[in-house]
Amino acid sequence: MKRLATGGRIDRSKPLAVSFEGQELQAYQGDTLSSAMLAGGVSLVGRSFKYHRPRGIYSAGVEEPGALVHLRDGDRHEPNARATVTEAFDGLVSTGQNAWPSLKFDVSAVNNWASPFLSAGFYYKTFIGPFKHSTRFWMMCETFIRKSAGMGRATYLNDPDHYEKRNAFCDVLVIGGGVSGLSAALAAGRTGAQVMLVEQDFELGGAVLNDPVGREGDAWVAAATDELNGLSNVRILTRTTAFGAYDGDTYGLIERVSDHLKAPENHQVRQRYWQVHAKRCVMASGAIERPLVFGGNDKPGVMLAGAARSYLNRFAVLPGQEVLVATNNDSAYAAAADLARAGATVTVADMRAQVADATQEIATKAGATVLSAHGVLETRGSRRVKSAHVVPIDAQGRATGTGRNLPVDLIAVSGGWAPAVHIWSQRYGKPVFDEASAAFIAPDDASKTLQPAGTAAAAATLNDVIAQGFEQGTVAAKSAGFDAGFGERSESYPTGPFWQSGYLPLWAVFDANGKTKGKAFVDFQHDVKISDIDQAHLEGYVSVEHLKRYTTLGMATDQGKLSNINALNRMAELRGKPIEQIGTTTFRPPFTPIAMGSVVGHEHGRHFRPTRLSPIHHWHVEHGAKMTEAGAWMRPWYYPKGTEDLRAAYIREAGHVREHVGMVDVSTLGKIAVQGPDAAEFLNRVYVNGWKTLAVGRLRYGVMLREDGFVMDDGATARLGENDYFMSTTTANAAKVLAFAEHLLQTAWKDLRVHVTTVTDQWAAIAVAGPNARDLLSKVSDADLSREALPNNHFTHAVIDGVDVRIHRMSYSGELAYEVYIPSGFARHVWQALYAAGADFNLKPYGTESMGALRIEKGHVAGPELEGRTSMKDLGLEGFASFKKPFVGSVLRKRPVLEDPARPVLVGLEIEGPTGAKPGSLLFPEAGEAKGHGDGWVSSTTYSSALGRNIAMGLLKNGQDRKGEVIRVVNFVGNETLKAKVVSHHFFDPEGVRQNG
Amino acid sequence: MIRIDCPICGPRAETEFTYGADATVQRPAMDEGKVQPWLDYVFNRNNPRGAHREYWHHVQGCRQWVVLERNTLTHEIGSCRLARDVEGQEETQGAEA
Repeated sequence: MKRLATGGRIDRSKPLAVSFEGQELQAYQGDTLSSAMLAGGVSLVGRSFKYHRPRGIYSAGVEEPGALVHLRDGDRHEPNARATVTEAFDGLVSTGQNAWPSLKFDVSAVNNWASPFLSAGFYYKTFIGPFKHSTRFWMMCETFIRKSAGMGRATYLNDPDHYEKRNAFCDVLVIGGGVSGLSAALAAGRTGAQVMLVEQDFELGGAVLNDPVGREGDAWVAAATDELNGLSNVRILTRTTAFGAYDGDTYGLIERVSDHLKAPENHQVRQRYWQVHAKRCVMASGAIERPLVFGGNDKPGVMLAGAARSYLNRFAVLPGQEVLVATNNDSAYAAAADLARAGATVTVADMRAQVADATQEIATKAGATVLSAHGVLETRGSRRVKSAHVVPIDAQGRATGTGRNLPVDLIAVSGGWAPAVHIWSQRYGKPVFDEASAAFIAPDDASKTLQPAGTAAAAATLNDVIAQGFEQGTVAAKSAGFDAGFGERSESYPTGPFWQSGYLPLWAVFDANGKTKGKAFVDFQHDVKISDIDQAHLEGYVSVEHLKRYTTLGMATDQGKLSNINALNRMAELRGKPIEQIGTTTFRPPFTPIAMGSVVGHEHGRHFRPTRLSPIHHWHVEHGAKMTEAGAWMRPWYYPKGTEDLRAAYIREAGHVREHVGMVDVSTLGKIAVQGPDAAEFLNRVYVNGWKTLAVGRLRYGVMLREDGFVMDDGATARLGENDYFMSTTTANAAKVLAFAEHLLQTAWKDLRVHVTTVTDQWAAIAVAGPNARDLLSKVSDADLSREALPNNHFTHAVIDGVDVRIHRMSYSGELAYEVYIPSGFARHVWQALYAAGADFNLKPYGTESMGALRIEKGHVAGPELEGRTSMKDLGLEGFASFKKPFVGSVLRKRPVLEDPARPVLVGLEIEGPTGAKPGSLLFPEAGEAKGHGDGWVSSTTYSSALGRNIAMGLLKNGQDRKGEVIRVVNFVGNETLKAKVVSHHFFDPEGVRQNG
Repeated sequence: MIRIDCPICGPRAETEFTYGADATVQRPAMDEGKVQPWLDYVFNRNNPRGAHREYWHHVQGCRQWVVLERNTLTHEIGSCRLARDVEGQEETQGAEA
C-alpha cells in the first residue's frame, strides 16, 4: 500500500495533519480518512461486533462495514464513524474502537474461538442455567455480555455544537450528484423549475470520480456542473445525504455543514436538517457493489474491486502490490487494468467459465493474468491477508481441483452490483427482482412521484444512465407544470464493461463437498456467516424477516448494505425457490446514521417546549421564591426565609396561613369562558352536578368524568351573566378539558348554542387565605366582603387600586379564603397592592408546597387523587352526582367494576414517627407478609403543622370500615416501612368552621 | 409529513393537528340508559385496513375539529371537512341497545 507521486483528485498543495491511533498519516485536501489510512499503510482499523475479528477497509463509501473508528475526542467524540466517508481535515484525530486493550491485541478476540457457542440466536440457546426455574446463571452471564455489546462508545459530555432545521419547497428534488442525477437536474433546471440537487460526497460526479483523471467523464461533469451553477433556480447541496423519504412527498436531508472542519467556524451550525417538500423526486442514488463469499473473506486486505479502483484513481493510493481480482462479472476488469498499469502484479480469478476475449484483453493488455473458472476458496493470514487459496471451480462454485496458494496483499472482489433502492423502498415498499439485470429494483410505475434513474434503476450503460437521468428530470419538471426548455440531451459515450455486464449469479466458493472453508462471512459487521444462515434455516426460520432478526444479519450500523442480497440468494437456494419469491426485508430511514442533534435542531433544553410564566412570575423570583415546574408552567414552590430548606419553609408558610393570612399565585389554573343561551345545559352535560339553578353572582364546585366513568377533572364555575359562565379547571387538565368540550360541541352536540373559549392567559388569579383575609381585602378594595354580603360560593366585582377585579369566595385551604381574578396585564400591580396593604395584617406569600399541605389537611382531592384510575365513589364524591339528569360518564360509572365494594377508597393516614410517607408507597395490613400490590397506595403526603404530625391521603380497600386500624405503609423502592392509623381524610376542621366564617 | 387541507386554513402540515377519535362511531344520546351502547362507543372499535374516517383537531390553527378521510395502510389523505358540517354525527335520538 502506498501513495503514488502523481495522479488522483487530491490537492497535494494542501497537506493535512490526520492521525489514527496516534500515528500521523500523510493526508491531503480531497482525501478521506480511509484513503489516508491506506496511504499510511494502516490495514487494521477495527474489530467486528461478535467475534472481534480484525477489520480493515472494505469499501470506499457509505456501505463500509468494518472501518469504524472513534472520531475526534472530548465533547465532539463520535463512535462508529465510517472512515470511508469521513472527509480528512487538518487536526483530525481518530482511534480504534470495540477492542481492549488495543486493536492489535484484543482480549475479546477469544470470542472467535468460542464461536460455536455464539452462533445465530445464541442468546436463546446458550448461557441458560441448569436450574429449571432460575435465571441466576443467565443473569450472571448477562452482565459481561451486556458490557461487550455495542461497538464504539459514546461520550457523556454535552454536544457543544448547534444544529438547525430548515424547511424547503421545490418542484424537483434530485437525489445523487452522479451522471444521471446531473442529467436530471439539467433537464429540469433548464425549464425554470425549482430544483434541488443533493449529493452526499463532497464532490459531484459519482462514479466518474473513480475513473482516472482527465477522461471524458470529467469534462462532462464539469460542463454539467458549470451550467447548473449558472441557473439561479437550481440549488446544489454537497455533503448532504437524503436519509429518508416520507408521506406527502416529504424528504429528510442532513447537510454536513461543518463536519469537514475541526470545529464549526464563525458560529456556523455543525449540521443542518432539511425537511424538503418536493412535488417530484428523481432518485439517482447509484448502485452498491456486492461482496463474494469465501473462507476468511472478512480480513483486512479484502475489499470491493470498485473501491480498490477508487482508492487508486481518486486518491492516488495503490491499495496492494500483489493483487488478486475475484469476480463474477465484467465490471472488475477496469479495476484489474488500472491496478496493473499502476505497477501492481494482478491476477484475475474469474468465476465464469466463459469470459469474452474483449473483456479479457482489458486486463491482459495492461499486464494482468486472467484465470477463468477460478475462485478464492480461503484466505490465509491472521491480522491481514497474506495469501489466497485459488481453486478451479465448476458451475456451482465448487472446487474441482486443489488449486494453489497465491501470495497476495489485496483481494479485490466483485460479486455484481445492487441498485441502491432504499429511498424508493422507504416510501413504496418492497422492490421487485428484475431478471434482465438480476437485481432488485423499483417496479415500473409512472404514477409515483419518486422515480429512480441511472444505475439505481439498473441502467446498463453510461448512455442509458445519462438518458434515464435526462428523461426523469424532464418527466418530473413536466409534472410540476414546467413544459418547455429542456434543451439537448447529452452526447453518447462509448460503451465499456459497465456495472454488471456479463454477470453470473455465482457469489460463493465451496470445497468439493459443497462446504465453505473456514469462516465465510455474509454480514461483516455482525459476523453472520453463511453457516449461520444455513443453521437458521435448519431451525425453521424460513421467512426473510425471521432470518434477519434471528441471525442479526443486516441489523448493524451498515444496515445490510453489503449483506442483504447475498443472504437472500442463500435463502433462495436453501428453500429451493427463485429469489424473486423470497423478497427483501423492509427498508427504513435513515439511509445512513444521523446524529440525534441534527433532527433536534434548536429544540432542546429550555427550547424543547415553551415555558409559561404567570404575569406575577418576576415578583416571585425577585422575592427569593424557589420556582418549580408544573408542566410547561413555572410556579412559586416556596419562599425560604434565610437558610430554610423546603420542609422548614412550607411548614412555616402553612402555619402562617392558618394563623394570619397568606396569598398564593394560582394564575396557572385553566379558565374557560362558556357562553351562549345553552351554556347551563352544556355544563349540566359535562359536570356530574346541576347548573340550571346557579344564579348570576354565584359559583359552584363541579366534578367532571371521562366518558368511561372515571373522574377527569374538578373545578369551580361562576355565573357572570345570564349566558356567561366562567369555568375553571386544574392546571394540568386545562387543554384536555377544552379540547373535550370543543369536540362534543362540534360533533355530538352541534345543536347547543354555546361557545367555549380559553381565557387562561387572560385572567390572573390570587388566592388570599387565612383569618385576616377578609380584613385585608376589605381594606384594599371597595367591595362589601362581610359574611352576609358575600357568603361562600359567591363572587362580587370590585376595584383594587384602580383595577377592576372579581373576588370569588371559595376555599381550597379550608381557611376563610378568596380568589381574586384580575385581567392579567394588571396582575403584578394588584399583587403588589395586596402585598403593601398586607403589611398591617401580617400577610406573607406562600407557594405550591404549602398550598398542597393545607389542602391535604382538609382532605381535598387534587391531581394525585384525580389520576385517571379513581371514580367518584372511590373519592367519596358521589354525593355530588345528580339523579335528575344524565352527564358524561353517568352510565359507565355504574359499571359493576366501578361499583365493586372491594375497590380502594379515599382515606386519611396519620403516620407514626418523624418520617413522612412517600407517595406511591403501598398499604398493607399490620401483620402478614408485605408482598404484591397490597391493599392500596399513598396518593398525597405532607407534614401537618396544624396537627403536628406527618399525614397522608391514600386509597385503601374497604377503607370506610377500617378507621382506627393500624396499617403498614411500604416503600419497596426505598426499602422503608412506616406505620399509620387509618382516619378520615378530613383531618383539620372537618366542619369547615374556618372557611364558613 | 402528511398534508391536511383544513377547510379554514388551507393545506397544513399534520404536526399542527392532534388525532382525536374514530369518526365512524356515533355517540349515544345523552338519555341513553343502557350500558352496551356506551361500552361500544367508548371501548369497541373496528380496525379497518384501508379507507377510514377520523376526527382530527387543528390545535395550532383554527381549533376546529375536522373529519378526515385517511387510508390506514397508505396514509393517503382524502377529504377534510369541518366536523360541524358533516351530517349524521349528532347523537342518535332514543337509541335502542
